[in-house]
Amino acid sequence: MSLHRVTVVALLVAAFSAFAQNTTVDGIAKYREALQDGNPAELWEARGEGLWKEPRGPNKVSLERCDLGLGPGVVRGAYAQLPKYFADADRVMDLETRVVWCMVKLQGISEADAKKNPFGNGNDKKSNIEALVAYITSESRGVKMNVSLAHAKELEMYKVGEKMFYFRGGPHDFGCVTCHGADNQRIRLQDLPNLTKLEGAQKAYTTWPAYRVSQGELRTFQWRLNDCFRQQRFPELEFGSDASIALTMFLAKNANGAAFDAPAIKR
Amino acid sequence: MTARMMVSAALFAAILVGCATAPSDERISAETNAMIKASFKARGQAGLDRLDQDDTQRLCSQAAGKAPPKDVADRIEKQNLATIKYPSDGKLIGDWKNGEKIAQDGRGKQYSDDPAGPVGGNCYACHQLAPQELAYGTIGPSLYRFGKLRGYGAETQRYAYGKIFNSEAFAACSTMPRFGHNGILSEQQIKDVTALLMDPASPVNQ
Repeated sequence: MSLHRVTVVALLVAAFSAFAQNTTVDGIAKYREALQDGNPAELWEARGEGLWKEPRGPNKVSLERCDLGLGPGVVRGAYAQLPKYFADADRVMDLETRVVWCMVKLQGISEADAKKNPFGNGNDKKSNIEALVAYITSESRGVKMNVSLAHAKELEMYKVGEKMFYFRGGPHDFGCVTCHGADNQRIRLQDLPNLTKLEGAQKAYTTWPAYRVSQGELRTFQWRLNDCFRQQRFPELEFGSDASIALTMFLAKNANGAAFDAPAIKR
Repeated sequence: MTARMMVSAALFAAILVGCATAPSDERISAETNAMIKASFKARGQAGLDRLDQDDTQRLCSQAAGKAPPKDVADRIEKQNLATIKYPSDGKLIGDWKNGEKIAQDGRGKQYSDDPAGPVGGNCYACHQLAPQELAYGTIGPSLYRFGKLRGYGAETQRYAYGKIFNSEAFAACSTMPRFGHNGILSEQQIKDVTALLMDPASPVNQ
């Protein structure tokens, strides 16, 4: 083969690779678009609304008097201003932690029972928390994120969350920043949002919780963090732990100003 | 700096220090470390000791996603360079076919993984390598034609092996794991991945 022909073949191979890759990426984009119609998350939202209104636990009361931060019983818009400091608990809480608090304080369910099954697994192991979170978050759809750092403990949680974002450890030296600290990054073909920038933080945070097609489950933000740390090769992040709330505070506050748009649907 | 600017800067600093609601960076760091320790539980092969940072992890966390100051970067690179163990038989190039399998395999070290292995390098998660694999990530640079572009000489072989063994020796606060230093990949596995990059017969170099 002449040098000229070798060059032509090499160029063709390179052009085909680029074409094939673009086709793959386009295909994934089309698939994501097609998913937007008919989100199964609605099943979780409906079950969650039922759980919210149903008298349950030893006290046989519903959660309708639960204060999610806008006053007892106010669900509309509540998620868009969480996490926040709650004086009754003297603690900064995210939605999941607050729901557990209300199950314990209002319904008389033990904390261990309330936190027992945060992440569902099929029909045999449905999670009440995921369903309640689906319902409550759906009531903030279209509401602008408005997380406050006015209380000293809120500011402190935000600052700790920021440090956690950059905390590198474990056998792989990974931190949140490894995958989410720069623009236009992918793992394999999966796009990674840059959470250090306004646009990336807004787009990512406002689209959780989400129905995960690959798992057939609705997943909450607590789940998202839990599974990120698994992939970071860290030990397991405890459900409702202070570190999980600090990181949520950092990411939620950075999404301020964007309209909340979940439960969403993801691959 | 003019005297006037210096006075303003000093005043501003004094206000910051005096402001009771602004938590100091030092206090936040201490609090973060305590909170992390209290918020994770050991599971499977992932013990709580994984939260104990070494010098490199601590300094790179402080750099907060940016390049560390030059003196810190030099210190990190020097410390990590000293950890690289080259194979005693002097052979750095293994089997590229096995290297390709290691580059594809993302298993290992997660609490959900079998502690008995296998453990992969998951190179394709972040790098382009062989052109046949289209599903590659972009966190790291493309390594397509790694050897062909740089030459197959002994120095480049040593660099490739060393970079896989301990990436922090060459670029402080690199996002790349220290595969040899942290015991993720064995010596033979690192030889095989080096072959994937450096063997003229490897698909990476076609």
